[in-house]
Amino acid sequence: MRLLCHNMLQCHIKGVVNGYPLKIEAEKVETRETDYEPDFLRHIFPRIQWDALREAAAAMGVDDLPESVSEEMLEDESFLKQFHHALLEVHLEQGALVCPETGRKFVVSDGIPNLLLREDEC
Amino acid sequence: MIASIKRTTFHRDVYEPAEDSFALVDALVAHQQTWQHSPPRLCLEVGSGSGYVITSLGLLLQQLGMAVQLLATDINQQAAAATAATLAAHGVWRADVVLCDLASALLPAIEGLVDVLVFNPPYVPTPDDEVASGGLAAAWAGGARGRRVIDRLLPLVPRLLSARGEMFMVAVHENDPAELMREMEAAGFEARVALQRKADEEQLTILHFKRQQPHFPAKRPKMLSV
Repeated sequence: MRLLCHNMLQCHIKGVVNGYPLKIEAEKVETRETDYEPDFLRHIFPRIQWDALREAAAAMGVDDLPESVSEEMLEDESFLKQFHHALLEVHLEQGALVCPETGRKFVVSDGIPNLLLREDEC
Repeated sequence: MIASIKRTTFHRDVYEPAEDSFALVDALVAHQQTWQHSPPRLCLEVGSGSGYVITSLGLLLQQLGMAVQLLATDINQQAAAATAATLAAHGVWRADVVLCDLASALLPAIEGLVDVLVFNPPYVPTPDDEVASGGLAAAWAGGARGRRVIDRLLPLVPRLLSARGEMFMVAVHENDPAELMREMEAAGFEARVALQRKADEEQLTILHFKRQQPHFPAKRPKMLSV
């Protein structure tokens, strides 16, 4: 699971109001290089929850993302490369995603987050 | 090039690529040229099973030189693992697989971001109580008229798709494809039959829904100067 995906995931247990962002507990993180595509980064940037990305990246050992960001930074290649790396190159292979409200843990195994709910959670 | 069956992972609890999967991929292949004008950025397959379809879509777009990001969901753990394995076996790395019901875990964040949505639903008419029984049955058991899962996803489509978004889905005669088209038209989509094929005991239809584009008034003919 890459942080692009993490940035979109939330806990949807019935009745939960603050199920976002899921806190990452990393056990195994892998880094895989992928093509740098600034057009995609500029396209997706307005939809990325920056604080969630920054916190998730830090939990995965990537702690160089700036605290605050603006559209102008999308012209800065060194920023784009940091953004690219955090969003698309760092994979959570084993670990868990924790709901900030209930503490419910969703296991991530072999890179696949399990967001299935139990019957009593639907 | 599309996904190869040899490198597609499926076993006892995962739906094996079959005529319906092939028809869906054929419809995507036939459509690929139109993506050259406006490359999709994000594609989502709901219920990706073996991963044959999303992998094929990823390969098609890769060959067109497009850096598209892929997301796949499945409700069956074995199927989600199979999707990830099939993507990896074909070197399609710009992809994530999520184990969840439909797109539930991705909403609302993914709203308006999906450029291409692909859906091969459990479409076989069965008693309703077979629908949520898990495992392989989740891949085909569709309840009354085969519509139980289809009718849960379609209302989400206007939320999922981007302004230029489109959807390809498999339906069979028993699902009443004409009715599905009318429903999507009423929700603001252009609907067409992308492909029709008679397979073993099934009349397969691949439906293509695309958001109606804002209407621009036709240019007025120029007045001839006298």
